Amino acid sequence: MMSEGVDYSKIGLLVGLECHQQLATRTKLFCSCKPSLFKGEPKITFVRRLRPTQSELGQVDPAAYFEFKKGVRILYEADNETSCLVEMDEEPPHPLNPEAIEVALTVALMMNAKPVDEIHVMRKTVIDGSNTTGFQRTCVVALNGSIEVEGRTVPIEHISLEEDAARKTGGEGFEIRYRIDRLGIPLIEVTTGPVIRSPREAQRVALAIGRILRATKKVRRGIGTIRQDLNVSIRDGALIEIKGVQELELISKVVEYEAKRQLGLLEIRDELKKRGLVEEEIREEFHDATELFKETGCRVLKRAINQGKKVLAVKLPKFSGLLSREIAPGMRLGREMADRARFWGRVGGIFHTDELPAYGVTEDEVDRLKRLVGAGPEDAVVFVADSLENATDALRAVVERAKEALRGVPEETRAANPDGTTRYMRPRPGAARMYPETDIPPIRIDEEYLQELASKLPELPEEAVKRLMKEYNLNEKLANQLVDSEYLGLFEEIVRVSRRVSPRAVAATLTETFKALRRDGVDVGEVSDEQILEVFRLVDSGRTTKEAIPEIITWLSKHRGRSGEEAVEALGLTVISGDDLRALVDRVLQENAEVVRERGEGAFGFLMGYIMKRFRGRLDAKVVSELLRERLKNIHGE
Amino acid sequence: MGGDDDPLSLPGYKGVALKVLKESGVQAGDLIRISRDGTVYEGVLMPRSEYGDDRHIVIKLKSGYNIGVRVTADTLVEKVGAGVEIAFKPPPPPKQRPNLPRVSIVSTGGTIASRVDYRTGAVRPAISAGDLYSIVPELSDIAVIETEVLFNLFSEDLTPSHWARIAEKVAERIREGVDGVVLTHGTDTMAYTAAALSFALQGLPVPVVLVGAQRSEDRPSSDAALNLIGAVSAAAEAPFAEVVVAMHETVSDVSVAFHRGTKVRKCHTSRRDAFKSVNVKPIARLADGELVMLTEDYRRRDRDRELTLKPNFDPKVALVKFYPGMNPNVIDFYVEEGYRGIVLEGTGLGHVGRSCFPSIKKAIKRGLIVAMASQCIWGRVNMNVYTNGRDLLAMGVIPLEDMLAETALVKLMWALGEADSPEEAKILLKTNIAGEIAARSIYT
Ligand SMILES: [Zn+2]
Repeated sequence: MMSEGVDYSKIGLLVGLECHQQLATRTKLFCSCKPSLFKGEPKITFVRRLRPTQSELGQVDPAAYFEFKKGVRILYEADNETSCLVEMDEEPPHPLNPEAIEVALTVALMMNAKPVDEIHVMRKTVIDGSNTTGFQRTCVVALNGSIEVEGRTVPIEHISLEEDAARKTGGEGFEIRYRIDRLGIPLIEVTTGPVIRSPREAQRVALAIGRILRATKKVRRGIGTIRQDLNVSIRDGALIEIKGVQELELISKVVEYEAKRQLGLLEIRDELKKRGLVEEEIREEFHDATELFKETGCRVLKRAINQGKKVLAVKLPKFSGLLSREIAPGMRLGREMADRARFWGRVGGIFHTDELPAYGVTEDEVDRLKRLVGAGPEDAVVFVADSLENATDALRAVVERAKEALRGVPEETRAANPDGTTRYMRPRPGAARMYPETDIPPIRIDEEYLQELASKLPELPEEAVKRLMKEYNLNEKLANQLVDSEYLGLFEEIVRVSRRVSPRAVAATLTETFKALRRDGVDVGEVSDEQILEVFRLVDSGRTTKEAIPEIITWLSKHRGRSGEEAVEALGLTVISGDDLRALVDRVLQENAEVVRERGEGAFGFLMGYIMKRFRGRLDAKVVSELLRERLKNIHGE
Repeated sequence: MGGDDDPLSLPGYKGVALKVLKESGVQAGDLIRISRDGTVYEGVLMPRSEYGDDRHIVIKLKSGYNIGVRVTADTLVEKVGAGVEIAFKPPPPPKQRPNLPRVSIVSTGGTIASRVDYRTGAVRPAISAGDLYSIVPELSDIAVIETEVLFNLFSEDLTPSHWARIAEKVAERIREGVDGVVLTHGTDTMAYTAAALSFALQGLPVPVVLVGAQRSEDRPSSDAALNLIGAVSAAAEAPFAEVVVAMHETVSDVSVAFHRGTKVRKCHTSRRDAFKSVNVKPIARLADGELVMLTEDYRRRDRDRELTLKPNFDPKVALVKFYPGMNPNVIDFYVEEGYRGIVLEGTGLGHVGRSCFPSIKKAIKRGLIVAMASQCIWGRVNMNVYTNGRDLLAMGVIPLEDMLAETALVKLMWALGEADSPEEAKILLKTNIAGEIAARSIYT
């Protein structure tokens, strides 16, 4: 296990980023559907099979071909609001959305990239079902840009536009379910060169790219609207593609863990070599151990055997102790083998002797198992319980992974977990298989159009921070948070109309308050700009108070399409004023008559706190304090 | 790839772009470098769409993306290296099983049997038995296939003379003893060809199945494979011996519907299930590898039945769609041009405006057969209900019952091509020959 302080330059860490951000265009990329998602039961479903096309055989994604041969069917879910025949692959695509092109070109110019003279839409083969067509439509819009990140120039290789994929809603095994509402939402993709040299730098570059994208004010926000893919390699390791990091804060952790994982795998390789293992010793010799576990106390095995399944075992020579060795936090070789077994063999998981006896498997059973496969103390044994076909596929994958362990780090595509660890997703696709999308004519980009765009570029994030500090008297931290928040445009709109709430308070609400709400699991992204603006208007008109905002936002996030006014009503957050307020203050004075008698006007602080705490969100603090002072003065005077 | 003078070495290029490329001595597939105003691009030179302008060069970048690079007279293009050939590694052909039924696949063109050349982006036909087996390996479990390319045409370029040649070819294969014939066809006019074959191939002993694809075969999501499996299955072992169209039954890849050739129509521009049986149910469907008949009313497969070939079509027949305000001179034009028949696609139960009456009268008087189908697509013509209809009947316009307008056109061409006299043609037109006229209108 590596110690904490890894010297990343010494291990030759190189990271490249692919930032994907959904655009907030009025329509999708290749049709006129609204770019939004639907909840609840689908009104339309249909079933498809995707087959690797003949011209690609020999270079087909082996995983995809494997899926096809197994007879995987894809069940698509749709409704008529969020998709049309285009997403269903029942109608040719419409021309490329000009609004999306404009955003992409704007970003390109902000990153000093060179827009291409003519955009050609391509088809990138993807046959896991995430695209109904079997390919993703994508096009390069600009090349060779760069951004400055803390004094260092980071090259931007290309800026592309592509259609987002359908989202997986369930199903494993022979039927996979995808929902096509997300399919076709425009994504901008910004690809950096593989020049980033530390986990922290990776995160800062991603942040800088995100800021520029948000500066266009044309990006979607909320969970899942931004996704980062990372390409991570270390010297002697392998180029690992990690897909789908959704949280910016996670990037440095993912990079760090991946570097450690590769280092850990290299250590295992060295250890295996030291033990004198050669690849020929790792063999696909599978032993039927069903009899052996017939009377087992292990519930998982027992159930499988009762269902007529087989227990199949394989010896991994000289692997003893290495399967359970932690190579990076939470990541072990045994787990990588299990991921492979799940993927290729559709099994629930694997057992290996490094972690046994446990799970009801006894020491005696382990001994007998070792004898059955001819394993010595230096060897490990892996076994699975499933149908003969699945178990065989699973152990084949385990053996393959074991061979790779002897070679070092296998090239693969991994998926990010929410805790920063990663899991095996699929083998890395071969050379990019792209061919022209003949249904969409190329789009010429005119010089005059580019000049027009260049003349009205949005202000860069750094400029915005300076302006916010000057214009609204925000401190640097708040100004930075605002620029990073996706709410800059909305902030300025609110400040324009709001008189009661100070710019600083508006900024704090849109950043810190919202962040706290998100932490508590509130999907703030569900609340539209119009709704947020209305909430501030309600505060402004005295209908409710500033303190009530978090509750109102929370309510709105759960009640799609309802108004702020309705939220205030439903939550009973209308401001108490006039006679009601006077009555309330009097009641409090009566309830605390003792304190008032003892402390006189000095009881103000205590009583104010008491009232505000009890009726938080329903009182205007200024009015209450005036009223309370007046009443205390009167009482005292009596 | 040819030499410098070979126009194929720079496909699609013209004008300035062609000039610059020619002067640089490069050809499609070469790795080239383009320098213009200090900007440098490197990539593989790709063909240009013939509809593209003459000022851009298309290159494939290392990342796989294509882009268009503008060229001016002083753009520098250099060859940096030969392009990387994409190695095709076709899978081993599946094992032949000689005991299976023999099916002949005759290709006329269309998207079911074409494939994109990844290097050039061009589409080329792919129709050898080997190609089909590798596109759809399942076929080798269904039948022993022999293939033949008759034409490679867009279906809208086919004419009645092509129908005749197709009919002759199909007859030839059947007489050679195959268990069924599959005809790959572009979908746009597939229903016309299906109707034509239904009349031309009489007394069929085995099925003749037309098949196409709404999504080209080069896509992973193509409907071609399932349609082809359905068509070959039907040709190999369906109990019917009729001309049918085999296409997706729904938008899902789960079932294929078989439509009678005279009763089918393409009813959607792009959907997989564009083909519908009109006024009747499909005669069969295939799902989960099982073919189920949906009607009892069909001609049974019988290898001993004698096929009669009647492949003559008279192209001098017009299909005229009536619309409000239509100029009757349109009808006069056909009469002047020596046409022998007109199928009117009338409104509703079979009507045209009274302003057309003199021209129709004249046409009939000049010996043309004038018949009436409805533009409603679904339903039956009945010209006894309204005065206009009765007047047209009195003029001698022939009502065509529940026959599709397109089928009616094909049938009148065939009737005039095969009959010895207009009177005999008229009788043929009114007689049900291949299921095109049903006495009953069922609820579908
Ligand atoms: Zn749509």
